[in-house]
Amino acid sequence: MKILVCISHVPDTTSRINFSNQDTAFDSSGVQYVINPNDEFGLTRAMWFKEKQSASVDVINVGTSLTEPTLRKTLAIGADQAFRIDSDPKDGFFVAKQITEFLKSNSYDLIIAGRESIDYNGAMVPGMIASMNNMNFVTNCVKLDINENIATLEREIDGGKEILSCSLPLVIGGQKGLVEESDLRIPNMRGIMQARQKPLNVIPAFDCELKTKSVKYYKPAERNEVKLIPSDNLDQLIDLLHNEAKVL
Amino acid sequence: MSVLVYTESSKGIFKKNTPELVSYGSELSKKIGVELFVLVFNVEDCSMLSQYGATNILKVDNDGLNLFENKTYSNVITKAANKINASHVVLSSSADSKYLAPSLCVELDAGYLSNVVELPSSISPFTVKRTCYSNKALSDSTIESNIKIIGLSNNSYGVVENKTETKIHDFDVALIDKQIEIKSIEKASGKISIADADVVVSGGRGLKGPENWNLIEDLAETLGAATACSKPVSDMGWRPHSEHVGQTGKPVATNLYIAVGISGAIQHLAGINSSKVKVINNDPEAPFFKAADYGVVGDAFEVVPKLNEKLKAFKS
Repeated sequence: MKILVCISHVPDTTSRINFSNQDTAFDSSGVQYVINPNDEFGLTRAMWFKEKQSASVDVINVGTSLTEPTLRKTLAIGADQAFRIDSDPKDGFFVAKQITEFLKSNSYDLIIAGRESIDYNGAMVPGMIASMNNMNFVTNCVKLDINENIATLEREIDGGKEILSCSLPLVIGGQKGLVEESDLRIPNMRGIMQARQKPLNVIPAFDCELKTKSVKYYKPAERNEVKLIPSDNLDQLIDLLHNEAKVL
Repeated sequence: MSVLVYTESSKGIFKKNTPELVSYGSELSKKIGVELFVLVFNVEDCSMLSQYGATNILKVDNDGLNLFENKTYSNVITKAANKINASHVVLSSSADSKYLAPSLCVELDAGYLSNVVELPSSISPFTVKRTCYSNKALSDSTIESNIKIIGLSNNSYGVVENKTETKIHDFDVALIDKQIEIKSIEKASGKISIADADVVVSGGRGLKGPENWNLIEDLAETLGAATACSKPVSDMGWRPHSEHVGQTGKPVATNLYIAVGISGAIQHLAGINSSKVKVINNDPEAPFFKAADYGVVGDAFEVVPKLNEKLKAFKS
């Protein structure tokens, strides 16, 4: 089984978000970048398929050379080779198109992406790759098993879950649940040394239109100062929630 | 040109987000100056949609649509959009609609923006405000393609009453073969999902263990609320992942979010930015108090049962 994991390179979850150039660009100064958490759950599940079912695992990213440390980390975790399509990831459609172009000369049985990146939150890329390449698609995927070309999956739905089954080739939008937080791997020294020898192939991007653009960023309005209510005066709290906030 | 609103239903009953979606679609169609069509699958009585400005309903009745399946559904929505020459398609932010959106984009050659919170500030270029960076920021974003798909965030636009005459158009459509087999669906019965809830009661490590979750559940029951938790609580297995609220869990956009014994890590706060927030914590320095509208500093084991009793009295 050949697996491709799509990797987004995103600000660490603890990052303070700021903008530059008159609020038209993300301010990356002082920001640590990581593998998008939803992608990392998928990558870790892919490692399980590699170790237990002899799958091969490639990773792909659409990004500039700044994303290479993130890709090296995926190689240190255990991916076999990495591909980087050399361009800013301009929007979800652009990224899906670039990966579709790549798939014309590279075929996979299973493509794993995160259900969404934690920066743009577009939730577009895995579904678009599936539709553009006529592959099956399941998102919000919290469990994945594969047996002889048939996948059994669990999808989180609002208020419950759904058990699904379909044939490969398949694209999933993964999230926590595919593996547990405690299954995530920190690369060891041997992995880091090996990662230096593994191929990181750079592919030029092709020209492609954009469907969406972000033109200006804002920070959410500051909340008013918290109103502290003494713990022996909960009647006041109920009164405030009812009459002032009007939520009761 | 026209606006198509896709409404969701389950067992013949509209989902809770329907009035908000139709209200938004109605206002959007007026702003652009085109007709509005509301697409409905397998709901007998659509009269409630007239309250929110649904001038036209496209009604599909087909047993093959009783269960949601992405490919089948997106194919029917595509056919509906083509039939009415839709220029704008409005979807909710439910798990199912977010599943449909990218497939629809490819089928309709459309651009899609998720997490939209307002009507467009400009029609040309088509510009809407959406949340990004996991609710830590907002952006003005444009859709450049001819057909535009808008994913509206829950509880962002609100419900606008606007009684109107409604024309119902039956829409017969042939279904494509399913590629994905639905083996089973497990829904927690009698529980309100985080997505549908007006109020969420959420617990953190301050509750000391899963055996104390009756505090959270009792309060939620009194309020008709959904239950949720912080990331460490789900990582330790005290509660299921599906209850984890925050950056890598679920976003919450309720009217009221009650956090008990949660310190308020930045990743958790990202999940709840759009709600009114009330916090109960015994540590007055907890960062959550800076992100809350109301707070009580005290021992959750004393405050929560007392609050529950008082709320019960208030409700009756």
